[in-house]
Amino acid sequence: MKRIESGNVAAALGVKLAKTQVVAAYPITPQTPLTEKLSELIEAGELEAEYITVESEHSALAVCIGAASAGARAFTATSANGLLYMSEQVHWAAGARLPLVMCVVNRGVGAPWTVWNDHQDSISQRDAGWIQIYVNDHQEIIDTVIKAFRLAETVSIPVMVCYDGYYLSHTHMPFDVPDENKVDTFLPAYSYKHTLNPESPENLNTVTMPFARPDRDGVNKPGYMDIRHNLQQELRTSIPVFEEIDTAYKAIFGRGGSPILSAYKCEGADFIVAAMGSLSNRIKDIVDELNLEGLKIGVLSVHLYRPFPQAQIIAALQDAKGVIVIEKALSYGNQGALFGDIKAALYPCIKRPFAHSYIIGLGGREIKKADLYDAIKESCTTSETFEDTSRWIGLNR
Amino acid sequence: MNKQVTNPVNLTAEEFMHPGNRACSGCGLSTLYRIGLKALGRDSIFVVPPSCLTVMQGLYPIAATQIPCLNVTFASTAAAASGVRAALKVRKKENTKVVAWAGDGGTSDIGIQSLSAAIERGEDFLYICYDNEAYMNTGVQRSGTTPQGTITTNTPIKGKIQKNKDLPKIIAAHNPTYVATCSAAYPLDFYNKIIKAISLKGMKYIHIHTPCPSGWGIAERLSITVGKMAVNAGLYDLYEVENGKKTLSGPSSKLLQKKELPRVAEYLKIQSRFRALSEQQIAEIQAEIDTKWEGYRQEVG
Repeated sequence: MKRIESGNVAAALGVKLAKTQVVAAYPITPQTPLTEKLSELIEAGELEAEYITVESEHSALAVCIGAASAGARAFTATSANGLLYMSEQVHWAAGARLPLVMCVVNRGVGAPWTVWNDHQDSISQRDAGWIQIYVNDHQEIIDTVIKAFRLAETVSIPVMVCYDGYYLSHTHMPFDVPDENKVDTFLPAYSYKHTLNPESPENLNTVTMPFARPDRDGVNKPGYMDIRHNLQQELRTSIPVFEEIDTAYKAIFGRGGSPILSAYKCEGADFIVAAMGSLSNRIKDIVDELNLEGLKIGVLSVHLYRPFPQAQIIAALQDAKGVIVIEKALSYGNQGALFGDIKAALYPCIKRPFAHSYIIGLGGREIKKADLYDAIKESCTTSETFEDTSRWIGLNR
Repeated sequence: MNKQVTNPVNLTAEEFMHPGNRACSGCGLSTLYRIGLKALGRDSIFVVPPSCLTVMQGLYPIAATQIPCLNVTFASTAAAASGVRAALKVRKKENTKVVAWAGDGGTSDIGIQSLSAAIERGEDFLYICYDNEAYMNTGVQRSGTTPQGTITTNTPIKGKIQKNKDLPKIIAAHNPTYVATCSAAYPLDFYNKIIKAISLKGMKYIHIHTPCPSGWGIAERLSITVGKMAVNAGLYDLYEVENGKKTLSGPSSKLLQKKELPRVAEYLKIQSRFRALSEQQIAEIQAEIDTKWEGYRQEVG
């Protein structure tokens, strides 16, 4: 069924179709319409779930951690400082291997206060051990939320579905709402290996020593580092798992096919612009213009940011002359976060494209088509003299 | 409700705590935990933040307890317990008891926000705070419930300047279903209050005065003695609050009949943590106790 709704409503409908059992959330702009919609769906009886109106984001994720550990499918959503306030819990949920799904409605972080969009909030949590997926439009929001539950529950690793505040959260677009019965087929009932159960008691997340220790039967059990190594290994292997899940989704719903990266006019391109989220779609317009001018250029949209898909990045970029990374977040004191990751991925290649970095749109700074055009064109034409630091587009100068 | 009195003879023999746990010798918490688990029974799920209890329950992969337990972050105990309760509700396992068990720092300081919110939401679980009056697990630093004048490792010379928070009173001001105070020196009173708490729907809170030999500077064998002294001197009162009404219970209610209570100086002087208290300060503490009990006696008439 086609509907015209906001990105936040698309996310809420995905959460509903996933038959989420526990929702906990704290209001923060621009996430609020998503969680308001969920309260409405639950109060109206359209979604049979418990909605816990917590007093903070830290508690929102705590409720989800408790609920998922006790055998229920749980969801939360936040933005910006809310995500930072729950950061301790973000790390905890990954370490505890809880299959949670959280929407991060991307917003810049304070100080100074901003309510507008950039990616600094979720990028700051990239090392926590979650899977991070960045989506580009409303259809991808609803589809990815549903896929995220299956992915989280298959690999027992929590998943963040990140989408741009305002650009996607508050704009209305047509999208297809998947059929409920088909979603039920696609997404099996929630299961978690270590559900709290009085009939077979376990002490979860207890103090774990640096070394392996024997259990009561004398069998050696992993130490902290071994457990963390498992998380890293299973994050790496979740890349093909996500591809399989996407294939299964496509077989039922007819949409998907590029869950890790999506390429636009990248076939045989000399230059490729890499970006995440709705910005990727805006860059398509610039690319179309530059194509008309005779430049062979495409856009690579990075959906799966953690685990970082090195092999796919290499395959997509190694034959280009240049890669231009445009992003809305950075590792302060260093460079653009995606830029650093892409460069690191390309390091083993014998023939490497040049790589340029641009920072754009922080705190909702207007992204002007002309600025994007000028920056991309300059990168393509003056690659030799370009500095290895991030250039900022649209500064007030 | 069946008002059978629990005594050491009819107390259930089933143990849910294995011998050989990691509690310090003389630890008030270990007594409480053993008795508490007996009262709660097998069909319970625990939620525990960092505290002495985390360590006492054992290091992975060994556990000293036979109750499922979710270890959670310091500030999140009551929120995580709310999540466990919500999951049990959607799974139609509402008879399973959810019990949060935290220390005084984890409750009165870093955990008070999520606890306050859980009570306000009318959650259905039991929150137990064992109050040993400082951050004992990290090496005896002052907490919100540390009494004025106490020497701790971050109030090392002059003792804590400020008075302690009256945490059970703060909780009671939220009007939960049930509030009770207990002492580790009176474990059967604790047992009975748990039995009562779990028979009620809604948010229940039990606060326990819990002697800690290493933190308080007393011999291990004096743990129970010191706990009793605090109650009998009228310093720490055992009571229940239901429907906004506070009633002295068990050992404390018996004190109403006494004309004079043992002097608090006896309790204070036996513990090295109070060595910085002057005679003047001790007299002030005594005067506060006298005024408080004068009030209690007048209420009873």
